[in-house]
Amino acid sequence: MSDLVEVKNLVRDFDVSAPWLNRVLERKPKAILQAVSNVSFNIARNSVYALVGESGSGKSTIGKIIVGLLPPTAGTIKIDGIDPAHEPDKAKIAAMQVGIQMIFQDPYASLNPRWKVGDIIAEPVTARGGKADGLAQKLLEQVGLSGADVNKYPHEFSGGQRQRICIARALAAEPKLIVCDEPTSALDVSVQAQVLNLMSDLREEFGLTYLFISHDLTIVQHMADTVGVLYLGRLIEEAPREALFADPKHPYTKMLLEAAPKLDGFGREVEPPKGEIPDPIHPPTGCAYHPRCPIAVDRCTKERPEMEQKGKGRVACFLAV
Amino acid sequence: MTDTVLKVVNLTVKIPTRQGVLRPVDKLSLEIAKGKILGVVGESGAGKSMTGNAVIGLLDPPAHISGGEIWLNGKRIDTLTREPMRAVRGKQIGMVFQDPLTSLNPLLPIGDQLTETMLEHLDISASEAEKRAIAALEEVGIPGAAERIKSYPHEFSGGMRQRVVIALALCAEPSLVVADEPTTALDVSVQAQIIALLKRLCAERGTAIMLITHDMGVIAETADDVAVMYAGRMAELGPVRDVLTRPTHPYTQGLMASTPLAAKGGKRLNQIPGAMPRLTELPAGCAFHPRCPIAKDKCRADPAPTLGAGDGRAACWFAGEAGP
Ligand SMILES: Nc1ncnc2c1ncn2[C@@H]1O[C@H](COP(=O)(O)OP(=O)(O)OP(=O)(O)O)[C@@H](O)[C@H]1O
Ligand SMILES: Nc1ncnc2c1ncn2[C@@H]1O[C@H](COP(=O)(O)OP(=O)(O)OP(=O)(O)O)[C@@H](O)[C@H]1O
Ligand SMILES: [Mg+2]
Ligand SMILES: [Mg+2]
Repeated sequence: MSDLVEVKNLVRDFDVSAPWLNRVLERKPKAILQAVSNVSFNIARNSVYALVGESGSGKSTIGKIIVGLLPPTAGTIKIDGIDPAHEPDKAKIAAMQVGIQMIFQDPYASLNPRWKVGDIIAEPVTARGGKADGLAQKLLEQVGLSGADVNKYPHEFSGGQRQRICIARALAAEPKLIVCDEPTSALDVSVQAQVLNLMSDLREEFGLTYLFISHDLTIVQHMADTVGVLYLGRLIEEAPREALFADPKHPYTKMLLEAAPKLDGFGREVEPPKGEIPDPIHPPTGCAYHPRCPIAVDRCTKERPEMEQKGKGRVACFLAV
Repeated sequence: MTDTVLKVVNLTVKIPTRQGVLRPVDKLSLEIAKGKILGVVGESGAGKSMTGNAVIGLLDPPAHISGGEIWLNGKRIDTLTREPMRAVRGKQIGMVFQDPLTSLNPLLPIGDQLTETMLEHLDISASEAEKRAIAALEEVGIPGAAERIKSYPHEFSGGMRQRVVIALALCAEPSLVVADEPTTALDVSVQAQIIALLKRLCAERGTAIMLITHDMGVIAETADDVAVMYAGRMAELGPVRDVLTRPTHPYTQGLMASTPLAAKGGKRLNQIPGAMPRLTELPAGCAFHPRCPIAKDKCRADPAPTLGAGDGRAACWFAGEAGP
């Protein structure tokens, strides 16, 4: 069977120009921010694919495009073999789209405070005119809450419990793919473990596939089967988890792994990384990482490296071995 | 001990509310010596910021210190009135908060902010202050410091702004810096830069640092000692390596076992059931007992023992019994 998700040459531009009148008056050119730049990757069925990268690298934008919240500027996305942009059968697209659910970072903002939890959870089903008798109770129990909680309101729950409610709602649609955007970064460590364990259990029980977006490498190392590393909208490395953490190939990935604080790093002296992420509206020429890269050569400043198979994964670096 | 910079004894902070009087900080004791970094960790709402704000004398009313003592370099500071405390805060205590913009004046070039602070607290001339401002910015790694002193805060990136705040916190040469989540809003690479900077300044100048964070990894790499707070109380306090690798409080033990690295790839994480109680819903006895795997009748009846700064490590009647 083909992979569940196939993303090919995905591009997403945002127009971040000043309003046109100001632009004319101040003689400013149009400004385009390329949040996602020619990104290609596949997600295998029943696997966890993690997208990592620093703030502004395009993780959330890719997640939103995959669940259909944002249209791509260019490129294709196939889910279960269906490309929503080119599929003539509308019913097929609709069926595919309910099969993709998203869980957001902030479990407070994503639940309607005036709805009872039972109604929130059953909504993906009732919205399509489906029968939802007893569904919410069953799902609440599945995520470790009590079936009696259906009549409560979101504010009666803690952060971790609310994220479970979000997960229960996502499950109601019987999804194949769940896109999780920083699902635990608003949660405390002791509660984070509860949610991560739940996600692992559900994956086995329902054969779920996850796109797991996070900037926290320790969580990614725990959860992912495959890891994709983004820098300034570009995928710069992808490898199976073990290969990536044991033998990162891209200088940026190396820097990220080195810079991340380690729980057993007592007294560790880190050579602090150079520089900062450049302005995304005016990205560097060639390889976007070259101004910060310790091994960059002349070619890196002129030519953009493409992703190439190296070892167990793919990497976009002329100098990677 | 002469090199104790900060000494907090039985600090209690109270907040009168309609639901009764809350105690976000309850009989907390700690010490930081010259050139040492004390990490203060705990979950959201544990009382970390309240503790830091009490030390710098900036509690938001109605929160107030209702008991205990705070000593800085052998002088008691919690009893000071507003103006003398303001002087102490500028001269002897530097502050770094999560959002650098709270510490910077948006309408003033950063160079002026630095020189103003120095002129207020140090006996130096204006030209000397400007020289030192440039040196301070260079020290925290702002490229082109001599030109950048004319720039305004909004002209810097988040990481650069946090460096400016650190320069500002250190320019009056304080003996203590209270840093509340200084890197939480920053990317990993910038966080590594800021942490390296704090560590270097602490080593070179002998500044004592109270580093508040919820990131155990940051604590492991940075702190000498660590204080673990839970529901306003000190749960465990000791040298960082001991507390993180051989925790004796059941809460710290659970916390360390629930962090992903401990399970190394794929295995299930340890779970602590439930969540930290709100201050309005604190259980009787030890606040951790409803989640504690080794809780006994005594824990349900009696509050956990209070930890003095030099006492044993864990505020638990049965510390060490569960084994790490
Ligand atoms: N609606 C929008 N309009 C303009 N620019 C946008 C928009 N959405 C995102 N961007 C820009 O696109 C880039 C990628 O943003 P995105 O939110 O995908 O990053 P991210 O990797 O999720 O970052 P974070 O870790 O901060 O969540 C950023 O530079 C961001 O400023
Ligand atoms: N004005 C107030 N009225 C009632 N409770 C308050 C008030 N201000 C703070 N609190 C409570 O005091 C407790 C301690 O807050 P504090 O800000 O010190 O937590 P923290 O450990 O810094 O958490 P975080 O990691 O979220 O910053 C919290 O439970 C908070 O809800
Ligand atoms: Mg995002
Ligand atoms: Mg705080």
